[in-house]
Amino acid sequence: MNVTDTSITPADLGGYASREAESENFLSYPKGILSWLVTLDHKRIGILYLICILTAFFIGGMFALLIRTELLTPGPTIVDADTYNQLFTLHGAIMIFLFIIPGIPAALGNFALPLMLGAKDVAFPRLNLTSWYLWLIGAAFTVFSLVNGGADTGWTFYTPYSTQTDGAIISITMGVFILGFSSILTGLNFLVTIHRLRPPGMTWFKMPLFLWAIYGTAIMQVLATPVIGITMLLLIVERTLGFGIFDPALGGDPVLFQHFFWFYSHPAVYIMILPALGIMSEIFSVFSRKHIFGYKFIAFSSIVLAILSFLVWGHHMFPSGQSQLANFVFSALTFTVSIPTAIKMFNWLATMYKGEIVLKTPMLYALSFMFLFGIGGLTGLFLGALAVDIHLHDTYFVVAHFHYVMFGGTVIAFLAGLHYWWPKVFGRMYNETLGRIGAAIIFVGFNMTFLSQFVMGSQGMPRRYYNYLDEYTIYHHISTGGSYLMAVGFFLIAGYLLHSLLKGKRAPANPWGGNTLEWHVPSPPPYYNFKEAPRVGDPYDFSEIHWDERIEGYVFRKAEGSA
Amino acid sequence: MGALLIALAGLALAGKEKTFWLPKQSSTIAAEIDWVWGFIFWLSAIFFVIIVGLTILFAIQYRARPGYATARKHSSHNMTLELTWTIIPSLLIIPIFWFGFKAYLDMTVPPANSYEIGVTAQRWAWMFTYPNGYVDENLHVPVDRPVKLVMQSEDVIHSFFVPNFRVKRDIVPGRYNIAWFEATEAGEHVIFCTEYCGTGHSDMLSKVVVHPAGEFEPWLEDASNFLDKLAPAEAGAMLYNMRGCKQCHTVDGTIRIGPSFKGAWGAEHALSDGSKVTVEENYVRQSILDPASQVVAGYDAVMPTYKGRLKDQEITAIIAYIKSLQ
Repeated sequence: MNVTDTSITPADLGGYASREAESENFLSYPKGILSWLVTLDHKRIGILYLICILTAFFIGGMFALLIRTELLTPGPTIVDADTYNQLFTLHGAIMIFLFIIPGIPAALGNFALPLMLGAKDVAFPRLNLTSWYLWLIGAAFTVFSLVNGGADTGWTFYTPYSTQTDGAIISITMGVFILGFSSILTGLNFLVTIHRLRPPGMTWFKMPLFLWAIYGTAIMQVLATPVIGITMLLLIVERTLGFGIFDPALGGDPVLFQHFFWFYSHPAVYIMILPALGIMSEIFSVFSRKHIFGYKFIAFSSIVLAILSFLVWGHHMFPSGQSQLANFVFSALTFTVSIPTAIKMFNWLATMYKGEIVLKTPMLYALSFMFLFGIGGLTGLFLGALAVDIHLHDTYFVVAHFHYVMFGGTVIAFLAGLHYWWPKVFGRMYNETLGRIGAAIIFVGFNMTFLSQFVMGSQGMPRRYYNYLDEYTIYHHISTGGSYLMAVGFFLIAGYLLHSLLKGKRAPANPWGGNTLEWHVPSPPPYYNFKEAPRVGDPYDFSEIHWDERIEGYVFRKAEGSA
Repeated sequence: MGALLIALAGLALAGKEKTFWLPKQSSTIAAEIDWVWGFIFWLSAIFFVIIVGLTILFAIQYRARPGYATARKHSSHNMTLELTWTIIPSLLIIPIFWFGFKAYLDMTVPPANSYEIGVTAQRWAWMFTYPNGYVDENLHVPVDRPVKLVMQSEDVIHSFFVPNFRVKRDIVPGRYNIAWFEATEAGEHVIFCTEYCGTGHSDMLSKVVVHPAGEFEPWLEDASNFLDKLAPAEAGAMLYNMRGCKQCHTVDGTIRIGPSFKGAWGAEHALSDGSKVTVEENYVRQSILDPASQVVAGYDAVMPTYKGRLKDQEITAIIAYIKSLQ
């Protein structure tokens, strides 16, 4: 086909064929608020989730700024000790249970999974909507605890403190219990969808790597989450009925709670990071304009991570007094987790090698991911080594480590994915220059905030401290300064993304040149996704995708002889 | 070879002072742990430089730009390469694990001849019980002698942490947890609580006082006799400071976790069950031995019992001290 041919139709370039067809896009069909609240369309549910988790992220972020401001000086700065304790508890609980765990799978995954798979929707659309409503109910319980006396246990709810303290422990744990169901149902839905709704030709090894990651995540969601649910119920029973399960004053064992809690919460760490690794695999390949390197190693490493994540929970309890043998075994197993992660990073490097790297916003986040998640992963080695963990346990070193993994890894990947799929979801382009500036501000601000915490943690500064010794002041100043810089970055990002919804340029069907199936439908996609089962090819073959100046996007130009 | 050993010894000595990353090394195990720390640090640094260095290099060298195009055909898979970067990291994590485990054994198994001190943690105070029964708010130890801590908690989980010793151990209610260390020089070191325990968590500090050789035993003997040497009110003031009263009860009238002792004597308090009580000898005694039985209205019942932990003579001294705070 001659690209300068003027008889070319929008449909040939991946857009809608006509004005009438355009009204079939999922954002405008059907219309009305109610049509959104009872929607069964996975794309709309993804947007509902996106709005909700970004709200949670905003609230959790405000708490983080209050925490950092309080820590500008030792002793009281803006709030008293009890308020500070509630702030870090809610910051943790909101960020973990309301934002990061549902973040990538339920918001971006809900939108992208059926499209990438070539399905019309998830397997159980009504269950999908139920998950979202459960999220709302769980969030209501969690936020209710804020006005109902607050919770001051830390997001880990360690007993017997949580059994004895005043405050709204029951409502916040009830919130976590309900949010768990939301997560289980999402995972179950995705598992069945991937197993049952693959179109002809979509074999397991033709699946985009993001789907492998979501699949591994879903396994963990279904298998691990019930444990946190039961644990929270036991805690509620102990508080209300006085059953002695965890509180030694009632005949229970407080360390048992830690085992239960981490049996879920360690896999939960991988529920948070695995989808992030999936997004990275997509972006490194698309923006290097080159086939992903080591597809099978990356795919299997996702599944291996999901399995290993169940075997390492004890490393959260090295100083707790669990047996030496348990410490020995958990330390050894912990190190095995580093291998699948390392494999992925090397494969992404090999993907970049001799590519044609396009440094647009999603790729800038991916590059910053290599730096930040690299630090996050490598500092995990310190904490896996028994003797070194004893010194670093419960200090700011741990705080810095998990923020490098959760924020430097998951949130950065979430931002990468958000910028990657934004034109597909809303059909609008954001301002690329502001996008790059935003990515740079977040990178600098993040490192300021958390690198300083590695130093003060190694020097012994314990976490969850309202007051601290003067020698740590300088590190806290740097850290707080960094957090303000990040806040500026996030407001910038929120600003240009909202602006793009109103004034952004119309997005082409394929702005980045991806070959996974969501780029084969118009932006935003029609409500039915695909008229007929799509033709499935190699998702990382870019040889038939070319830049077209007229639409400022990529078009598929098939070789002779193919339909 | 000899020169190398001397150089290594020099490094070990140079490591004693606080560095950019790690605090002072003041116990026998600190150097070994810091060595493992350093081993992981440099190994990580090498990997970090490789990963981030290549990321930056590739992003510059292979960036899309006018006139630049690479061959479209690339291999997307190379078994040898992939096995290499699976197996090499797998081998490297073995020594990290092993060194970490070995140092851990050294730091958790106390030598047989250790000097034993009991540790009681409660919100938000530390109490250290010496073999003769004397209890102090600070941990006094002799230099160059292994000290074994048998630790228990009165309420929630706490954690004993001395950064300069690289020692940390949770203190879990309902069981004894053991820690040990051997201080290598006289001086003072901060003790942190590192398991979150509520309002006063970050103020639950104490210190280790390491006595020079030969000075620990005389100190202990002198300190233990305070009840006989001091007037009851003065002894009561010492107990107030050492046994955890001051964390919650002030003597200047300000309100913290519990009622202030200033002007309390003879005053009438409303209790949480609605009844009234006058502060006199038996009420104070009862409040020390069974604190939950008569809680003043407006306060939480968080005080642990001191039954079996304070002798009659000590309770009398505390009563005398409260009396003196008119």
